[in-house]
Amino acid sequence: MEITLSVNDETIRRDVEDRTLLVFFLRETLELTGTKIGCDTTSCGACTVLLNGQSVKSCTVLAAQADGCDIITIEGLADGDQLHPMQEAFRENHGLQCGYCTPGMVLASISLLAELDEVTEASVRNGLEGNLCRCTGYHNIVKAVLAAAEAAS
Amino acid sequence: MPGSLLGNAVRRVEDPELLVGDARYVDDLPIDALLHLSFVRSPYPHAKIVSIDVDAARSMPGVVAVYTFADLGVASSASGMGMNPKVQRAPLVEDEARFAGDTVAVVVAERLAQAVDATEAVEVDYDVLPAVADLDAAMAIDAPLVFAELGSNLYTGSREPSDEDPMAGADVVVRGRFENQRVAVAPMEGNAIAVVPGGIGDEFDLTVHVATQMPHRLKDAAVALFGLDPARIRVVSPFVGGGFGGKTGLCAEFATAIAVVRLLGRPVKWIETRSENLVGMDGRSQVQYVEMGFRSSGEIVGLRGRVIGDSGAYGGFGGFLAMGPTRNMAQGPYKIPKIRFDVAVALTNTSMTGAFRGAGRPEATAMLERLMDMGADDLGIDPAELRRMNFLTPDQFPYTTVTGMLYDCGEYERALDAALAAADYATLRKEQAVRRERGDRLQLGIGVSSYVEITAGGTGGEFGAVEVHPDGTATIRVGTAGSGQGHATSFSMIVADRLGLPLESIKFVQSDTAQVPRGGGTVGSRSLQLGGSAISDAAKLVLDMGRELAAELLEADPADVVVNDEGSLGVVGVPARAIPWSKLAALSAERGETLAAGVDFTPPGATFPFGSHVSLVEVDLDTGKVTPIRHIAVDDAGRILNPLLVTGQQHGGIAQGMAQALWEHLAYDEEANPVTGTFATYGIPSAAEVPSYEASNTETPTAYNPLGAKGIGESGTIGATPSVQNAVVDALSYLGVRHVDMPCTPERVWRAIVAAKSGAPEEPWREPPAIFKTLPDRVERARPGDEETH
Repeated sequence: MEITLSVNDETIRRDVEDRTLLVFFLRETLELTGTKIGCDTTSCGACTVLLNGQSVKSCTVLAAQADGCDIITIEGLADGDQLHPMQEAFRENHGLQCGYCTPGMVLASISLLAELDEVTEASVRNGLEGNLCRCTGYHNIVKAVLAAAEAAS
Repeated sequence: MPGSLLGNAVRRVEDPELLVGDARYVDDLPIDALLHLSFVRSPYPHAKIVSIDVDAARSMPGVVAVYTFADLGVASSASGMGMNPKVQRAPLVEDEARFAGDTVAVVVAERLAQAVDATEAVEVDYDVLPAVADLDAAMAIDAPLVFAELGSNLYTGSREPSDEDPMAGADVVVRGRFENQRVAVAPMEGNAIAVVPGGIGDEFDLTVHVATQMPHRLKDAAVALFGLDPARIRVVSPFVGGGFGGKTGLCAEFATAIAVVRLLGRPVKWIETRSENLVGMDGRSQVQYVEMGFRSSGEIVGLRGRVIGDSGAYGGFGGFLAMGPTRNMAQGPYKIPKIRFDVAVALTNTSMTGAFRGAGRPEATAMLERLMDMGADDLGIDPAELRRMNFLTPDQFPYTTVTGMLYDCGEYERALDAALAAADYATLRKEQAVRRERGDRLQLGIGVSSYVEITAGGTGGEFGAVEVHPDGTATIRVGTAGSGQGHATSFSMIVADRLGLPLESIKFVQSDTAQVPRGGGTVGSRSLQLGGSAISDAAKLVLDMGRELAAELLEADPADVVVNDEGSLGVVGVPARAIPWSKLAALSAERGETLAAGVDFTPPGATFPFGSHVSLVEVDLDTGKVTPIRHIAVDDAGRILNPLLVTGQQHGGIAQGMAQALWEHLAYDEEANPVTGTFATYGIPSAAEVPSYEASNTETPTAYNPLGAKGIGESGTIGATPSVQNAVVDALSYLGVRHVDMPCTPERVWRAIVAAKSGAPEEPWREPPAIFKTLPDRVERARPGDEETH
């Protein structure tokens, strides 16, 4: 089927096989390989992207379902050399090591802060439950998200 | 001299690329005309292969080839540690699958989905055989045999030749059968490889893009297996998504990928799925029968260990860890006059074990620290005090342990004191007493652990080179192979410091056998202390060359030439006449020379980091649920180069240690079927399960390298795991609970509570299997400490 969607503010029109998952559409068709795959069960969140501003796991969304939607991937966050404040916070607070979970973690964090009424360590930790990291023990990720929230307030 | 960067929290130079999605991992590489591999895996833990029919699969859309053992052309050879020549494996199963997930056939297709679809059309007729996963069961006399021709499941083993009783003279003996359960490495990026054949006139016949911690070893293994010309194969890693000991070798799937490329002459890729990863990548596991004797004063008189290491189906390295690092580090930070340590390495119908962060040392520390707490309980001595009174003292170093390790230096009591102070230990004990008195449902557990571990042990030296270019930039080439630790930053800091160059003008090259002539890789927390020291020494040689040139131009004595800010050399006290590195490198180039040096740094011995952790948990007496509240870590890894990176290593290790203590268990059922093959069933923690950590350091520099550094990578899993487990038991000790095996799940904790409350607490001991009576005598190794650690 043919789908039309916006990816990182660019309008995309493509034919896709019905069973194509959004993550494969992004990685293989559009060659946006910043979005990662870390599991088979929607457990790890490495494939998280923003769909109409909300974080979704792109391994559990069909490309067809994204028809007419607005997608932001990790490649679409920075403004030229200017990192998005969440990316900057991750850098400043050493919120990444191997970097594999980072695109998903950064996008999930942006979506989380937009949703949270009250930003606390507990609400950030609970809100990031769907994104796994094996390197950092989450300490500096949580620190980064809290710092980004602080900077934005 | 410029202000030194060393010792400062410098932000990582590699981060921008990773943060914007530009960093490429193996699966992200743009490679033309790539074919995809998908494996047909044994659904049975143990089965004879009667026949394989691949005809239907071969005719499916997009399928280019299907291979089995018969047509892949790679014979069986000694597997794993190679310590038992009868234990052989081929990349694809020859006639008998020995674990669920064993590689039976491979499909090669134009698209991944086509390859996966076609694997389901491969028809394999299996004759199912009895299987065993449990270590005690595997060592039983009537056990199903993983390799029938061996006559038992003993892969290798050793017992102390002496019959001396290490418990002689003890007033109190504590003993336990402890399970150090199988845990998965589970890096967020699993195994990944893309192999590209060379064309006519190309420099290499094979280019292997692979996620690895040991590119040079992987190359050597491929050269040996396929009889290749070492000059014609290149092994190179792009970004690697975590390693933790799991990405060290040429696994069966990698060997298959290389074999397929040699047959087809086309590029292929294999990216491990998470389920493949959780039934395939390494993991480690032991069962420990251990005893410790004390005098009533608290003084330790001896330790006896009988330990079964799990090598999986094919003699994996993980089983050997019990004979190597676990035995080697059995004395820990204590004065233990007598140690007997016997090891049986078992074959089981499970995936081959390997290294996972700590690799044998977490197991050594876990057994010691459980015994110390049991001893403290029986002796009525505070657990922290019992440790303190038995510590080796600073005046004893260098110190040779009963098991033959030469400890370089340490101040164990200082780290323990720092941890207790940071935790406010005395106040915590009071709070615990109050909760017990009140009969609170949520009881407080305070776990203490002290450890010493071995880093850069037995892995030889490391190569590092530095070159300054005529444009004023410099290049580092190093034989270590980082997978997220921040080597580009820390190694560049060293060169920036030595040569006065800005950090951003230094290029970092690792993990490419075409650009780095040799390397040991990144295992056993060796990278900074060996690779960093090689870089440091190489930079000094380059500086000497630069000073000679500058002295010539300035008509000065080289001894008076010093490094100035912003990349120049000048005469001391005359900054205006400084000569930039660019000019020196240009002059050198005019003379047909380069401002470059390469060094192989070999230390006089392994280094021994140490520390103490205090962990605080709440245990719900009604449900058995354990909630970690605080975790205090004081780790001493010698002199710190970049505290930002050191703390990051501590945090990550603490989480993995806590996870082993409380949640993670790569489990098999009684028939040896894996039951935790996804992230939905294998419980690696999220941010919601763990607290923030209180990580700090003491610094006791080693004299074994110019940086004074020891390894920090594995301290977390070594120190944190037992402190969390001890905290759980400590919360319940007043009820009579003596031990809870890891992972301390709600069910286990609840059962322990119920048993203790009923007046019959579970006794964590039974006699070990008879196999320990018949093990061969241990052979002294030529050089203690030579065993590899990861």
